[in-house]
Amino acid sequence: MATSTSEAAAEAGHAAEKAGMPQLDFATFPNQIFWLLVTLVVIYFILSRFALPRIASVLAERQGTITGDLAMAEELKQKALEAEEAYNRALAEARAEAQKIVAENKARMQTELDAAIAKADAEIAAKLAESEAAIAEIRKGAVKAVKQVATETAKEVVKVLGFKPDPKLITKAVTERLKGRAQ
Amino acid sequence: MAAEEQSEGLQFHPMEQFTLEPLFGDGPIHWYTPTNATLWMGIAILVIVLLLVIGTRRRAIVPNRTQSIGELAYGFIYTMVEDVAGKEGVKYFPYIMTLFMFIVTANFLGLIPLSFSTTSHIAVTVVMALLVFVTVTLIGFFKHGIGFLKLFWVSSAPLALRPVLAVIELISYFVRPVSHSIRLAGNVMAGHAVIEVFATFGAILAIAPLSLIGIVAMFGMDVLVAFVQAYVFTILTCVYLKDALHPAH
Amino acid sequence: MEGDIVQMGAYIGAGLACMGMGGAAVGVGSIVGNYLSGALRNPSAASGQTAMLFIGIAFSEAFGIFSFLVALLLMFAV
Repeated sequence: MATSTSEAAAEAGHAAEKAGMPQLDFATFPNQIFWLLVTLVVIYFILSRFALPRIASVLAERQGTITGDLAMAEELKQKALEAEEAYNRALAEARAEAQKIVAENKARMQTELDAAIAKADAEIAAKLAESEAAIAEIRKGAVKAVKQVATETAKEVVKVLGFKPDPKLITKAVTERLKGRAQ
Repeated sequence: MAAEEQSEGLQFHPMEQFTLEPLFGDGPIHWYTPTNATLWMGIAILVIVLLLVIGTRRRAIVPNRTQSIGELAYGFIYTMVEDVAGKEGVKYFPYIMTLFMFIVTANFLGLIPLSFSTTSHIAVTVVMALLVFVTVTLIGFFKHGIGFLKLFWVSSAPLALRPVLAVIELISYFVRPVSHSIRLAGNVMAGHAVIEVFATFGAILAIAPLSLIGIVAMFGMDVLVAFVQAYVFTILTCVYLKDALHPAH
Repeated sequence: MEGDIVQMGAYIGAGLACMGMGGAAVGVGSIVGNYLSGALRNPSAASGQTAMLFIGIAFSEAFGIFSFLVALLLMFAV
């Protein structure tokens, strides 16, 4: 719109606003376009030459480090697992060994015990037989002695009663009597 | 022509902040004259160098804060290019990264009070959008020759509809740089202009607190917009690149 | 009365153009709302579609910006 006469004075003081929108002031376009192209070329140069390769290399390096660290962690974990497995295996072996030793000892002790018991049994049996024999002998001796004592006593009793003792008869009577008592 | 209410005292100059001025002297602006736009573009370059070159110079395996930001930006754009444009698009990654870094830094620098936002100028965004448009079209024709025109021939549509769709696709293809550029410039310009209008209302004491709240809210919105528009510009570049690399629908 | 009839027309037109921004607001709201309802139904697929969400928002918002631009042009450039 053309400048109206009533505003002429007012607009003279505001030279900058004569264009209305500065964006549409075509006189400044070549200037802006020139400096914009300079700016874009400079930024493109800086980015493609320095910034982007550097950031890419840093990111790649970090990725590599992370991957390496993860691989190492995985390896260490594997090692730890192996160690644990070895430990468990050793533990199981030790346990089995202990079990075996215990069983062996038990078996040996059992056999020793059995042998000792058998020996003791045998000894006991021998002693028993011996004592039985002794007892039997003693008994036999005792019976003989009793017979003799009884015969003597009977002889004396018969003598005291004034009879003439008949040894044969007395012996027979004593033997019969003892036999009857014994039964 | 908003400067008419001079008698009332309230003067709206929302567009004054976008005025280009020569840095030295007060002469006319030739194509080589260093202006405030030049200054803030230079600052944008400086910030990018600080962030991506100086920040990463230690090449630390465990990054510090600056290097982290640089790597984050790198990864963000790299995955975007790879996801949207595919493996072949990775070749053009530095180009897209350049656009993204420039737009996002310029947008954020423009949010500094009293600064100049270069991306609010249609001249700047149109050049960037045309660069993308021309490059993508050339890539399409170099890669596929005449087969690139299959982009406009929607093979999944019924045969009778295809010529109509081809016309529509062709128009939408040529509208791309327009919407691509005006979206960015318009968003940045709108945010700044609205802040300026709110700031002008601050001259009236009664509603000054309200205008302050408005400025803060709009500024927060603009921070979001500054990033989202850079993101959108970049992802649309990737989408156009994908169309050039795989034109068949 | 100051100014002229052309300027009045320009200002009225600028105000009318601003109504277009409401349409953009409705569009953006619709996109985000539908995205959210879809994301809540299938959260695992949501993250892959954020790029599409932003592209949709950008396209929808562009028209609001266009109307804003028309208003600015009417105010300052015509």
